[in-house]
Amino acid sequence: MIEYVNLALKSIFVENILLAYFLGMCSFLACSKKIETAVGLGFAVVFVLTITTPVNWAVYNLLLRKGALSWTGLSTVDLSFLSFIAFIAVIAAMVQIVEMIIDRFSPALYSSLGIFLPLIAVNCSILGASLFMQERNYTFSQSVVFGFGSGVGWALAIVAMAAIRKKLAYNNIPASLKGLGITMMITGLMAMGFMCFAGIQL
Amino acid sequence: MPALLTKKDKKIVRDGLWESNPITYQVLGICSALAVTVQMKTALVMAVSLTTVVAMSNLTISMMRNFIPSKIRIIVQLSVVSTLVIIADQILRAYMYDVSKQLSVFVGLIITNCIVMGRAEAFAMQNPPFKSFLDGLGNGLGYSAVLIAVAVFREIFGSGTLLGFHVIPEALYSSGYVNCGLMVLAPGAFFLLGAIIWIQRAVSGYVEGN
Repeated sequence: MIEYVNLALKSIFVENILLAYFLGMCSFLACSKKIETAVGLGFAVVFVLTITTPVNWAVYNLLLRKGALSWTGLSTVDLSFLSFIAFIAVIAAMVQIVEMIIDRFSPALYSSLGIFLPLIAVNCSILGASLFMQERNYTFSQSVVFGFGSGVGWALAIVAMAAIRKKLAYNNIPASLKGLGITMMITGLMAMGFMCFAGIQL
Repeated sequence: MPALLTKKDKKIVRDGLWESNPITYQVLGICSALAVTVQMKTALVMAVSLTTVVAMSNLTISMMRNFIPSKIRIIVQLSVVSTLVIIADQILRAYMYDVSKQLSVFVGLIITNCIVMGRAEAFAMQNPPFKSFLDGLGNGLGYSAVLIAVAVFREIFGSGTLLGFHVIPEALYSSGYVNCGLMVLAPGAFFLLGAIIWIQRAVSGYVEGN
């Protein structure tokens, strides 16, 4: 159990998928202008990451990996070169399914997440988490924890950023540094802050 | 003899390089710009792979643009791009195994790199193949320019080398100079890119509304 708590802490704080691996920067920069949007997108990312990482784990370990097809008698087939296209297809399909399910069972949540859900399919943090899962050979339960942890870490970063940018609106920033430039620098400061968590273990 | 590239064609390439640079102006493809720039070598490999993928995907999608139903265009674009990225990844693995290990997941992440999808959606869906190819080339080169600029600073100040060769003289170290460890870590990349964006915008005079 303690191992999973450690993995979750590591993926939320120490190896934050946004601040340490730079994944999901595009939507982070584009959607951090308002806190409500940031919170909505954050929840959507947590949701999709927690689902897609284990599903991609299953696709990789049961279909693509070398020897994974041995249950059909084809024990020497290695389809791992197909993993990129399989992962992105799974992600696009899962996003679509999640969108339909939310629409059916919780119209309120759907209307608040509405526009962000389709965008998540091309958010690099989703594909990135699946690729890290593949590279680090996680087990199934580790992939669930890792997906969830990365999502929470990303959501935390974007909400914090939206709050900072709200304050920033009242500051006098040099004209050409406005917008993207100053946001990058603040992200750098946040990344430094998150580095303080390095080495923490339970 | 007619020129190979007309003035208009040249403008398409130049736009991507400077005026509407994908990273500093369009805010696309930042993720990989930061992650692969600790060393010059990985940055160069990444720049070449991305430029090739953008140019080829723009060309392919532009040739297919009249046959793609608009409702499923995103998934069609994604499959074209991921096929190209798989090819690039396999080539890297076959011929430059150690670099491909260092780049780890970031080659795969070219698929979701916003530059590729953004240019396919914004340019290749409306324009003929050759123009789209040039647009992809220009944007790829603009991306490469920023990538290489960030990598040069990070490698020189972070580890005192350039492409693996020591460039900072030994005498400087013995007189008390220390490599700046911050440059190798994530925050250094954010600060540097922020500074580069600041300089580029100050020169080109572009101001973003709040």
